[in-house]
Amino acid sequence: MANIKDLSKIPERLTGGHRLCSGCGASIAVRQVLMGTADPVVVGASTGCLEVGTTIYPFTAWDTPFIHNAFENVAATISGVETAYRALKKKGKIKKNIKFVAFGGDGGTYDIGLQSLSGALERGHNMVYICYTNEAYMNTGVQRSGATPRGASTTTAPAGKESYGKHQLRKDLLAIIAAHNIPYAAQACISNWNDLVTKSQKAFATDGPAFINVLALCHKGWRYPGQDTISIAKLAVETGYWPLVEVVDGKWRFTYKPKTRKPVIEFLKTQGRFKHLFKEKNKPVLEQIQKDVDRHWDYLEKLAQATS
Amino acid sequence: MSNKKLIPLTGDQAVAEAMRQIEPDVVAAYPITPATEIVMNFSQFVADGRVATELIPVESEHSAMSACVGSAAAGARTMTATSANGLALMWEIVYIAASTRLPIVMPVVNRALSGPLNIHCDHSDTMGARDSGWIQIYAEDAQEAYENTIVAMRIAEHNKILLPVMVCQDGFITSHAVEGVDIFPDGEVKKFVGEYKIAHSLLDVDNPVTYGPLDLQDFYFEHKRQQADAMKNALEIIPEVLREFNDTFKRSHDLVEEYFLADAEVGIIVLSSTAGTAKTVVDSLRKKGLKVGLLRPRFFRPFPKERIIKALSHLKALAVLDRSDSFAAEGGPLFSEIRAAMYESGQRPLITDYIFGLGGRDIFPQDIEKVFKDLEEIKKTGKVKSLVNYLGVRD
Repeated sequence: MANIKDLSKIPERLTGGHRLCSGCGASIAVRQVLMGTADPVVVGASTGCLEVGTTIYPFTAWDTPFIHNAFENVAATISGVETAYRALKKKGKIKKNIKFVAFGGDGGTYDIGLQSLSGALERGHNMVYICYTNEAYMNTGVQRSGATPRGASTTTAPAGKESYGKHQLRKDLLAIIAAHNIPYAAQACISNWNDLVTKSQKAFATDGPAFINVLALCHKGWRYPGQDTISIAKLAVETGYWPLVEVVDGKWRFTYKPKTRKPVIEFLKTQGRFKHLFKEKNKPVLEQIQKDVDRHWDYLEKLAQATS
Repeated sequence: MSNKKLIPLTGDQAVAEAMRQIEPDVVAAYPITPATEIVMNFSQFVADGRVATELIPVESEHSAMSACVGSAAAGARTMTATSANGLALMWEIVYIAASTRLPIVMPVVNRALSGPLNIHCDHSDTMGARDSGWIQIYAEDAQEAYENTIVAMRIAEHNKILLPVMVCQDGFITSHAVEGVDIFPDGEVKKFVGEYKIAHSLLDVDNPVTYGPLDLQDFYFEHKRQQADAMKNALEIIPEVLREFNDTFKRSHDLVEEYFLADAEVGIIVLSSTAGTAKTVVDSLRKKGLKVGLLRPRFFRPFPKERIIKALSHLKALAVLDRSDSFAAEGGPLFSEIRAAMYESGQRPLITDYIFGLGGRDIFPQDIEKVFKDLEEIKKTGKVKSLVNYLGVRD
């Protein structure tokens, strides 16, 4: 457990004045994650809102070394930085202990960057990878991604007369990552800050690759008022839409369980991207989404039981 | 300075030897024919503890170049190697490496770029990358591929250049043929390449820098202009580096190689290993009293225009041999550039192009003799009948 007094001593690496939207989940995720280490940290980011919103030349919001390379390769890029660090440290050219973290959006992680990430995890670099998931390609204007949930309306899978938006389930990224047998993998949400900061501490303390999938809401893409980011994030957790779990050396466990899970419609009804689901004809879709949530929750329970 | 004892090595092995002597901090690479043996040989050097290099055995060439960018930005001396489709897969990051001004050295074993799939030599891979902002050096043989790799490191890391370098050799013809290679003493090579110190390291946590920012209408253009200036600087600085190399290792490297051009009336311009074949043809035609010559650009980027004009202006007719096509209907890339350069020469020799050797199609002395015969005809008639020709292909 992290406590605020200790965390307050950790310097802010992402400074104010960046150009992300107010109420953006990504910057909240970054600040909480970076509270996970007091060591110097080199940050990598894939192309996306986080990168373009924090580094418009000649300005940078990063008070820590930062590198952006391209969209699909932040894992490979940071793996190169981390390897350079090991090479130069071995030769005595670097003395300090430095941590390495890569931030990718869900497009850059679930989809186009999955290979780069998989390779880096398999090679065992001493790095933390954070997927900040806002469930669509937000930087290019809310297109569907492999992380977009069933029923959401996006600009490339819009709701229309014949469609209720995305028909498919999102990928189970955490299970894909866990299948790489890395020492630490977790799922977290910006609303549960202590859970996320604690997971980040564990991730940074891990010897080897560590991964956290953080639900980082986008009010422009999800279509809700920006000031509701944290309250809606909380609903994602309380409904079981976004379970908080971790996988330590192959053992799955819940890090937080709501006493009683709220119906998922409590979460869905807060956002414009699901508005069409509340039409009478889409009632079966709402029921299906509840089933999806229940089924995934049961699956996690069984995984936790089986690996404990 | 050299051992004077020739060691039988393939072009790939020779380049791996250069890498062993350079001993970069990081090598990130992925296997692809015919460059694989470079990485295999180097991996063995790592496994045997002969180098302290950290190897990143990436899952694709895209990740190879991505990791190289990260590593080089962190201040590590960084290398990779590839061919054809591998180069194509890393394309996006090839441009980023150059625009980020990272002095990565990449041996490229020239191979036909698919499709159809073909693993043999032509220059379609690196010619496609000619506008990527990388310096490109083309080697005639294994010895030169070895030496170019060493010299490339110094060129890349020069503080007025800071550009990545492709060190090209011909797939299989050079990369897999065994030649006697004169390997310089390790200590001499290490002394020549020296220590590398980056000005702004990503690992300097006390002076944090941001690499790869969004760069919009108000600054992007200036940064591209700086990149162009760096390439211009390279054209001035490379001869200095080559002079130092030549003095150290008793060599005679230059931006271009001129062969019997001084009194030549007709000449061929060709890159890499085909120059070897062409030289034997020049020799035999010279014996017959024909005033023929050859120009082999060693550097294609930066393009040594002045040297080329100087070497070729007095000729009456020129033939460019292009080992790749640009599908422009106006000849291959080497032709386009030589022709454009000769526009500035007072005499403007007549000029024609021959696309040859695509996908590893052999080129024989009689093919080159035919080209010289055509040139004699052009010289006599003062007319170029066909601007773009295909040599050694079935009609």
